[in-house]
Amino acid sequence: MTRENLLTIEGLSKSYPGVKANEDVSFKIATGEIHALLGENGAGKSTLVKMIYGLVRPDEGRMILRGQSYAPSEPREARASGVAMVFQHFSLFDALNVAENVALGMDNPPKQRELAARIREVSEGYGLPLDPARLVGDLSAGERQRVEIVRCLLQDPKLLIMDEPTSVLTPQEVNILFDTLRKLSAEGTSILYISHKLEEIKALCDEATILRRGKVVGTCTPREKSAREMAEMMVGATLNSPERPAGELGEVSLEVRNLSVASANPFGTSLRDIGFAVRKGEVLGIGGVAGNGQDELLMALSGEARTKRDSIQVNGTDIGEMGPNERRRLGLVTAPEERLGHAAAPDMSLMENALLSGDVRKGLTRKGFVDWGATRAFAQGIVEKFDVRTPGISTAARALSGGNLQKFVLGREIMQDPEVIIVNQPTWGVDAAAAAFIRQALLDLAAKGAAVVVISQDIDEVMEVADRFAALNEGRLSPPVPTKGLTIDEIGLMLGGAHGMHKAEVSHAEA
Amino acid sequence: MDFMGITPSVLIASLMVASVPIMLAAIGELVVEKAGVLNLGVEGMMIMGAICGFVTAVGTGSPLLGFLGGAAGGAALSVIFALLTQVFLTNQVATGLALTLFGLGLSSLIGQDYVGIKPPATGAIPFGPLRDIPFFGKVFFSHDWMVYASVAIIALVWAGLKFTRAGLILRAVGEGHDAAHALGYKVIRIRVLAILFGGAMAGLGGAYISLVRVPQWTDGITSGAGWIALAIVVFASWKPWRVLIGSYLFGGITVLQLNLQAAGARIPVEYLSMSPYLMTIIVLVIMSSGKGRASLNAPASLGQNFHASR
Repeated sequence: MTRENLLTIEGLSKSYPGVKANEDVSFKIATGEIHALLGENGAGKSTLVKMIYGLVRPDEGRMILRGQSYAPSEPREARASGVAMVFQHFSLFDALNVAENVALGMDNPPKQRELAARIREVSEGYGLPLDPARLVGDLSAGERQRVEIVRCLLQDPKLLIMDEPTSVLTPQEVNILFDTLRKLSAEGTSILYISHKLEEIKALCDEATILRRGKVVGTCTPREKSAREMAEMMVGATLNSPERPAGELGEVSLEVRNLSVASANPFGTSLRDIGFAVRKGEVLGIGGVAGNGQDELLMALSGEARTKRDSIQVNGTDIGEMGPNERRRLGLVTAPEERLGHAAAPDMSLMENALLSGDVRKGLTRKGFVDWGATRAFAQGIVEKFDVRTPGISTAARALSGGNLQKFVLGREIMQDPEVIIVNQPTWGVDAAAAAFIRQALLDLAAKGAAVVVISQDIDEVMEVADRFAALNEGRLSPPVPTKGLTIDEIGLMLGGAHGMHKAEVSHAEA
Repeated sequence: MDFMGITPSVLIASLMVASVPIMLAAIGELVVEKAGVLNLGVEGMMIMGAICGFVTAVGTGSPLLGFLGGAAGGAALSVIFALLTQVFLTNQVATGLALTLFGLGLSSLIGQDYVGIKPPATGAIPFGPLRDIPFFGKVFFSHDWMVYASVAIIALVWAGLKFTRAGLILRAVGEGHDAAHALGYKVIRIRVLAILFGGAMAGLGGAYISLVRVPQWTDGITSGAGWIALAIVVFASWKPWRVLIGSYLFGGITVLQLNLQAAGARIPVEYLSMSPYLMTIIVLVIMSSGKGRASLNAPASLGQNFHASR
């Protein structure tokens, strides 16, 4: 199949102080082609698409769009040339409505009423119904993404860039999205699809360019390769799946009953009547699309949000009214999703951050004085055991890359030998090798008899580590079921819960 | 129909005058905060407006030029704030507080030779027979042009934020500066312009105090009006028309306590004088206690500095 080239990229390079984000990157996208850009976090995918979208200027190299030299100096110019982008996050405004959000992404938006009519028309035409008058803050993750896609489609793009579009969607929502993308491709729109989810790329994309450390390390036709082959090209090493030794389950260690907590954030989700029990040596996976109460659940379990006395029990003790340090003393530790600012104080050193959480269980203070020797040893131990790449333990947490800080934060909790550990998105933004290591560490902890709760939006991860699976949906938790024999469709239905994609949305649009 | 010697029509008419400075300063600060910037230097910008307006009006003999001079003075001080917070990324709270202290000192220095001078008068607009309508004539048609201009400014800001593209972009910058940047909007530029507008409005409000309300120059003439204006923005949940209501409410309390003092109420004068500030504190506590009620409307990026590398 020979198609006309839409965009040709030749020798693009971009350096930031200390890093080469992209080095001599070249590839081509044909008209109507769905082209995958594959690579781990930090491989330079984002920088590359930012150059195509005019947010970043390349140091070297050139781009040719439809036979003409193309060097956008700002997104407006890129949009005028027919390049549109759907962002991973950061591009919607919660307090504005759908039509206003769409208008902000257009250069010459029509009048609000006209725009609302066009939003309805285009969104329904592509099977993504939307109500223009709703506040974006009230929408589900899937609906928010539609807003972004519709915003792009209204401008008739020739090339649509999608940055990790499925990371926040349920499997059913992913299918709807793929149908839309295939339709667009059939109409002659090219799509540059960025992801590290290999199965999706196999299902959707015509061609793939694989990036590693800023360089193109290979191209392939995804349909002809196995996911494992692509993963190894991406990582540049062979991968080990985590193993878990089969162990006996002990008695119930963490029990949650009738847990209801109002969210502190006006656009957050309140928890409603949550109940589950985790036994010693067991891993419970809690899946769910972002914004369904994960943060609130973690806060309630960690002790940041107080609850009724008897709604949470650790080894038979009611801990609902206890703060985080009292809970740590009883053996319950947590690692929240937001590593900078929530799990770690950005401007404090790794050593100080280790002290903040490790003090209670590791006895790092004596009579009110800090035992810096013990603290240093503790922090050094985390850095070595979890392979945290940092110049030293006196480095500020802010200076570490996301993946390295994540390893540190999780290592800090795991090294405290907890009896109960709760982690939210443990491998978010971590490269595949490190992710495998973190999962293995959690499994080892369970093998030693700890009760482990893994809250994650990555279904593959949950299926890989968990013994039982429960889905969090609009603040409610489904009853946990064993992961063995669970199909992806069943999981999708559990995750979809009340906001099923079809009926509910269409009725919104008509209302 | 007098109560303790207080005539309702006179009371309402005078509260409309009394609320002009805080209304102007508050609507300016509302625009600044809508763009995501918290400028606590309102008091300093107001008093700079008061002295600059006074000096200009005395020098030129024209109240109109005086008001323009006041706006320019407030805007000039806000340039410092914009430069520090938007370019050098200093902490907005600390910078705002410093701005207030700086403004108070600088105005006092400039004003040394102007104590005891009377500025040219700003007359009421001659509405002719309308003025003779009982009650309403006194309430609505007995004011100088700034009273009407301040209400018009509220209407313009409301319409500008709600209906224009510039207003939408301004709100977007305040709601999520990263998102706005990703869409290609110039976050810093928009914020600097908003800060300048806020400074000009605060300066205008300050000039009204020294040219009409008092009218003379003394050190510390604004006496906390800038802080009340900041409170009104929160009280108004960042909505322009509620700024009008809030300003009339606070203006009303100020006027009422003055009238009560004059009427010889048996409450000690000190309590009456502190009442507008006490009211400010009470309102802020009530507004922020109901979970998320005040914060629900607050611009999401309020007070956060933006740095493009993220």
